[in-house]
Amino acid sequence: MSNELVAPDKFFLNRFGMNHGALERILGSALERKADYADLYFEYRSAEGLGLEESMVNHTSKSVSHGVGVRVCAEDRTGYAYSDEVTIDRMRLAAEAARAIADQRGTAPAAVQVGAPVARHALYDLDSTPLEVPVDERARLLSEIDRVVRASDSRVKNVMASFACERKIVMVVNSDGQVAADVQPLCRLNVTVIADDGKGRQMGSYGGGGRVEWNYFIENDRWREYALEAARQAIVNLDAVDAPAGEMVVVLGPGWPGILLHEAIGHGLEGDFNRKGVSAFANRIGQKVASELCTVIDDGTIPNRRGSLNVDDEGTPTSRTVLIEKGILRGYLQDRMNARLMKMAPTGNGRRESFAHSPMPRMTNTFMLNGESTPEEIIKSVQHGLYAVSFGGGQVDITNGKFVFSASEAYLIEDGRVTRPVKGATLIGNGPDVLTRVSMVGNNLALDAGVGTCGKDGQSVPVGVGLPTIRIDGITVGGTRA
Amino acid sequence: MATVDIELAGWALDEARRNGASAAEVLCVTAESLAAGVRLGEVEKLKSSRERRLGLRVFCEQSSATSSTAELERDSLGDFVADTVQLARLSAADPWAGLPDPSMHPKSLPELSLADPDSGIVTADRALEIARIAETAALKFDPCMKNSEGAEFSSGRYQVLFVNSQGFSGEYSGTSYSLVVAPIAQDGETMQQGFWYTSNRRFGKLEDAESVGITAAKRAIRRLGARKIKTTRAPIVFDPDMAAGLIRSIAGAASGPSLYKGASFLLGQLGKSIAAPGVTIIDDALIRGGLGSKPFDGEGLPTSRKNLVDKGVLATYLLDCYSARKLGLAPTGNAARSVGEAPSVSTGNLYLEPGLYTPAQIIGSVKEGLYLTETIGFGVNLVTGDYSRGAGGIWIENGELAYPVNEITIAGNLKEMMAGVEMIGNDLNWRSSTAAPTIKIAEMTIAGA
Repeated sequence: MSNELVAPDKFFLNRFGMNHGALERILGSALERKADYADLYFEYRSAEGLGLEESMVNHTSKSVSHGVGVRVCAEDRTGYAYSDEVTIDRMRLAAEAARAIADQRGTAPAAVQVGAPVARHALYDLDSTPLEVPVDERARLLSEIDRVVRASDSRVKNVMASFACERKIVMVVNSDGQVAADVQPLCRLNVTVIADDGKGRQMGSYGGGGRVEWNYFIENDRWREYALEAARQAIVNLDAVDAPAGEMVVVLGPGWPGILLHEAIGHGLEGDFNRKGVSAFANRIGQKVASELCTVIDDGTIPNRRGSLNVDDEGTPTSRTVLIEKGILRGYLQDRMNARLMKMAPTGNGRRESFAHSPMPRMTNTFMLNGESTPEEIIKSVQHGLYAVSFGGGQVDITNGKFVFSASEAYLIEDGRVTRPVKGATLIGNGPDVLTRVSMVGNNLALDAGVGTCGKDGQSVPVGVGLPTIRIDGITVGGTRA
Repeated sequence: MATVDIELAGWALDEARRNGASAAEVLCVTAESLAAGVRLGEVEKLKSSRERRLGLRVFCEQSSATSSTAELERDSLGDFVADTVQLARLSAADPWAGLPDPSMHPKSLPELSLADPDSGIVTADRALEIARIAETAALKFDPCMKNSEGAEFSSGRYQVLFVNSQGFSGEYSGTSYSLVVAPIAQDGETMQQGFWYTSNRRFGKLEDAESVGITAAKRAIRRLGARKIKTTRAPIVFDPDMAAGLIRSIAGAASGPSLYKGASFLLGQLGKSIAAPGVTIIDDALIRGGLGSKPFDGEGLPTSRKNLVDKGVLATYLLDCYSARKLGLAPTGNAARSVGEAPSVSTGNLYLEPGLYTPAQIIGSVKEGLYLTETIGFGVNLVTGDYSRGAGGIWIENGELAYPVNEITIAGNLKEMMAGVEMIGNDLNWRSSTAAPTIKIAEMTIAGA
């Protein structure tokens, strides 16, 4: 185990009996039809899950998966083949399948010479991962969560809690001879509560995690905070009245509501959509797309965060990218291929779900920087509107720019005061336009607790979001009360 | 099925028992696929895959664990089985856990024509040609078709083997073929994507590539110039894909795990009216060649055809063994299984029984309302039935499609929506494992400007 942590690149060479010479021959074969670039992505993932239902930790699971993906790029074409048998023979077959994308139009490739590992960040060099914590200790925490939630309120009818942890060892070897390897721990604690007051039923969910050790959940009683927060959300919603319908002023609370940025801005700034000209943000760098109060960042280098990576899934170290600076669109999120085709630098945003997927530009941790207003001032400024503090999922149509995100905890604002809770409602807006309506930005930036998963083209990757309290002067709220 | 898998699965069962498991199941899945895509007429991507995984569920009396691995060498598999048994011992004894009643396993399995006898994996060249025909047809359809997210053709085949320690053994193999096209229409500054697809277990039964492309182009063009409308309440006509999404939500709320957790608005509704009397929703896993067909469920129980909703009345829940025991009912053959996961619940081929009206008659009956062609987001709360989603479509005026609308939401409650189904179309077409004809819902809130 400790060897794997010290030198993940050696892990694959030892475990699957590979050496640099063999990798060079496979990459050479991948480039044979005059492709521009090829890479091999090795992955070995171990995961365990525990689940509690009706006061019993009755779900336990574990999995081991491994595989290798061979990618060949020629101009804007990509060939990808993968196998879960990590053998030289399978890799050679995969290289032959992937290289069919190249058509002999490029220049003859130079011989591949595999070098030493490239530099990477050290954002999550943990002493141990939760996988090494005894299962019964993890199970005890879930039972304790169940006890605390049930004791907190008699309206709690059911508690579901789960703890999932994994460790991914990855290695990327490319035809430029670069080798990048990383060990990526990730874990997540989730609590879902069903509350019933005899008149209705509601659900609340909360959780958190990241690339952290087990103790992260224990210190500062984080586990208790998650548990009680899930119960509080369920109970608040028992009193929720019908949500209003129509365009109105909306104040978003700090943290997880940053999903707004992810949907409204983030996806539209991914390099692939902009290279192809299919994003509503295409060709708009340098233009004003937000009020000058807004500066939006994507940062894959925040220690221990769920969305952070030492190197992306193409071996590029992650970075901090300014997407919007004081309202002006500054940058796109790039992987290697789209950066090359757009003559820009890769930003360390080339990510993939697993060896079974080809990488593409994805977000890491996406958030807005602080402004100067206090949260109290922002609420007080609103005569009539909605205050939304917690959200379920969101989605965007990058071509027309329309995006949604669904509030799971929201309140009316009446005469500058937060009043009654309202039922969940979907908010819909237009990406290139919504941030121009931001009229106040709070000084209370918070990142989410570490539960975000982003889906694109059938691939899921862990991400983070963050936001200070902000005021948006008009967005459509999809309630039932017309 | 390769004999190696049957031998390996049997060996893994024996290993589980040797390590002290009282019961066990093994699921082996082997899959291969090839996908090829073009964009703006040029080859864009090729993807080829091959996977073979083994999933395990073991019981130590009432305690259980599930696991999956790609390491199929006997040494490492043996260790893995032992680890899984060890993990099972650490989980709580659950009085409801266990394999099905052995007498419920089928004696023979139906032949459902899940695999195409004539075609296997389609070659990359042929796949690219089909994708190119579809995309070209879309781009040539109208001068405003100026860009594209491409077209992709994929084909795959898979084999499933499932055995358990009480003597059930079943296997099947299947194929799937699909073509998707996503062209973009442009008008000045605004762009809209069209999306259309065809999918079948038989290569020869796919919709013609050219017509898939033309449909995608039409769907992009009709979205151009979309506007926002004022907030209102009005009838909504759900197109077949949107109606299918709605019945998928009903099936989700009727599934055992949602029910026993108390997380469903259909709790306690069995035998009660949950929809308009014209609504009959059928779950049939035995349709020959159906995309959702399978000869046995994820626990080795027989699959069937049944009415989920019968003339508006909730006629059954959808149950695996665990949720059935929890609810004091019999399992319904709806256990779903993926390698390494505990059983969950899914439907076979789920559909809304067609009615008498043509889509034109349904649209024609609306004085002012929305023809819904797209939803976005996940705003369906199965605990309460509350429904609020981003929407787009075409505004209906005096019974005719007038102009496209978007950046609006539609909201209501699933119970009221199902009770408000006023008309059901005759246009049922299978393009996925859930299908529905056009339907009209009496009234919902539409939020806009």
